[in-house]
Amino acid sequence: MSFLKRVAPALLAAAFLASPALSDEQHFPLQSYRVGPYAAGGTGFFGGFIDYLNLINTRDGGVNGVKLTWSEGETEYEVEKGVEVYQRLKSNPGIAAWNPLSVGIAYAMIDGVTADKVPLITINHGRTDTTDGRVFPYVFPLLLNPYSETSGIVNYIAGKEGGHEALKGKKIAVLYHGSPYGKETIPIYELLAEKYGFDLVQIEVPHPGNEQGAQWLQIRRERPDYVVLRGWGVMNPVALTTAQRNGFPVDRIIGNVWSNSEEDVRPAGDAAIGYTAITTQASGNQYPVLQEIIKTVYDEGRGNLSDPARIGSVYHNLGIVNGILNVEAVRIAQAKFGNRTLTGDEVRWGFEHLQLSTDRVKELGAENLFHSINVTYDNHEGEGYVTFQQWDGQKWNVVSDWIAPDWSLLRPIIEKSSEAYAKEKGLPIRTEADAEGTVSN
Amino acid sequence: MDWFELLFAAEVAVGGLLSGVMYALVAIGFVLIYKTSGVLNFAQGAMVLFAALTFVNLVERGVPFWVSVAVTLAAMTALGFGIERTVLRPLANRSPMTLFMATLGLSYVIEGAAQLIWGTQVHRLDLGISNAPFEVWGIFISTFDLVAAAIAAALVAALTAFFRFTHTGLAFRAVADDQFAALAVGLRLDRIWATVWAAAGVVALVAGLLWGARLGVQFSLSLIVLKALPVLVLGGFDSILGAIVAGLVIGATEKLAEVYIGPFFGGGIEGWFAYAVALIVLLVRPSGLFGQKRVERY
Repeated sequence: MSFLKRVAPALLAAAFLASPALSDEQHFPLQSYRVGPYAAGGTGFFGGFIDYLNLINTRDGGVNGVKLTWSEGETEYEVEKGVEVYQRLKSNPGIAAWNPLSVGIAYAMIDGVTADKVPLITINHGRTDTTDGRVFPYVFPLLLNPYSETSGIVNYIAGKEGGHEALKGKKIAVLYHGSPYGKETIPIYELLAEKYGFDLVQIEVPHPGNEQGAQWLQIRRERPDYVVLRGWGVMNPVALTTAQRNGFPVDRIIGNVWSNSEEDVRPAGDAAIGYTAITTQASGNQYPVLQEIIKTVYDEGRGNLSDPARIGSVYHNLGIVNGILNVEAVRIAQAKFGNRTLTGDEVRWGFEHLQLSTDRVKELGAENLFHSINVTYDNHEGEGYVTFQQWDGQKWNVVSDWIAPDWSLLRPIIEKSSEAYAKEKGLPIRTEADAEGTVSN
Repeated sequence: MDWFELLFAAEVAVGGLLSGVMYALVAIGFVLIYKTSGVLNFAQGAMVLFAALTFVNLVERGVPFWVSVAVTLAAMTALGFGIERTVLRPLANRSPMTLFMATLGLSYVIEGAAQLIWGTQVHRLDLGISNAPFEVWGIFISTFDLVAAAIAAALVAALTAFFRFTHTGLAFRAVADDQFAALAVGLRLDRIWATVWAAAGVVALVAGLLWGARLGVQFSLSLIVLKALPVLVLGGFDSILGAIVAGLVIGATEKLAEVYIGPFFGGGIEGWFAYAVALIVLLVRPSGLFGQKRVERY
């Protein structure tokens, strides 16, 4: 027997023990939407997410040697297609988490992912009460839920007016999309109006929102000090142009987190200059992680966006931040369970310990791209900070510091809702000890 | 009702009338095709999207405005001829429902093709028409809406003249009245249908430019058919005058309803209110206010 034949098995065995198995992969099934009415948002978000996964694979060889893989199914943002893709892809091995970026699809998946024991990530959106991880162990509205968003907007307006006291006697009109998403914040605006003493008018715009003449005439009659735009898709540019036609000043319109992208303002042209919107992640490509993506992914011809001019746009950066949060959750879970393919429930544990300080965010090359996150077993939102950006006709410019929503005010309302849900469904209220246990799947 | 409220109601009504003109603009495309071939073309919205996307992409690539208009017109004409040749001709003499379903499928094909060729990005379309309002007796009126109304009026006048004073227009009317009689006197149905689909493409371009300047050129343009359907039911599927009058009625009614009835339903009623009006008209006058009454004898 030659020397090579004698040492080869030993070398192979050593290599096998020293590194993750070749088959170790962590999978992300993506219910993307690259065609249809919301394709502009879908291509940006899923493009950013995939770009970040690509960066980790190319630069680091995966997460501690575990390669990240993904597969896509087209949903056109339709719930039925989203559920069909979920059914089709859920048998893929090594699923880390689902990231549909759709309120409707996420709602339809809650029971399924809970049975599967795989996390469902609804960054910046979703049901507010899923923030309560005691009732919703597998759902994570990371960074911002709708109530926190509302609180952040009201705090920003208060800051502009000189404090919460100055809100007394002011009038705020909320123009919301006629859908469950749009209506989600009706009660919290009522609560905050009562608490801070401002007058409130809430006006619905029927889907899809391509005609808003009547609504803006009502706004003109009401003469509010501010209009909060809680829009989606075509509703946003139409709101801005109709506001202009009705003589309402654009710098008094504050957009919510789904009214804050380039696609929302560009079609409105001059009518959008001076418009301000909330965001959890800044836009622009000056952040180190974006520069690395450009160098490592795009310069090598592996970028996911077909138009490189969109690198650093709002949706692209949201996808990148979503990628960071998913990857770090896997990394945190690996530290406990080992550098291998994790089960969905193990990744859930990782998300429930996803605590990224501003220092850690800086290490990840994302300083000022987003602030920080502090997820726990019972707080699945993770106390995301918000900032405000203003459109200058070409790009968004950050015009505020990072602002904290009023979490202590919101928490009891969230718990009341989630506990009612638990009672209705006969679900147990988890304890921290329950959350520490994991199951293999 | 005080003076301010009266003025406000007038402003709501005027805004609604101007919006109604925009609805009528889309409805006219439906009428043209229905009038001559009896087909309810559900793909009209997709044609609007295709026209606007083609135009805006040409302009963004540096093609001069009027050249872009000409190229898009050519593209829409080619699309019209193509639809006649590949969809309508093979389905000749099939039931109206079959033809309707074919146009439904066609709308998906055109929407998909538009996104495949031109991408999914949202585009700004600037026609150089000011969006700023001006005031008349305390009522704000949008310059853009007025210009759009003038363009719609010009389009209707041009179509009316075309139908009345040209040979092709006369042929259209003959086919609309009785297809078999038109065939008997030697009119080529296939050519007439191809021409009318091309004409609907031209209307789609005008609607696409005006709606695109209002909404931005994006996929949602294809959803404006939802605004045109109640207009068609109210005005009659085969009357251009009906489309205009019904557009005005639906526009003003839905806006007034939104403001004065909406609060009793929690707001957001204008989306379905127009359909409720159309349903009532359908029950009372199935052929619409201006549509031709059809009598069938067995």
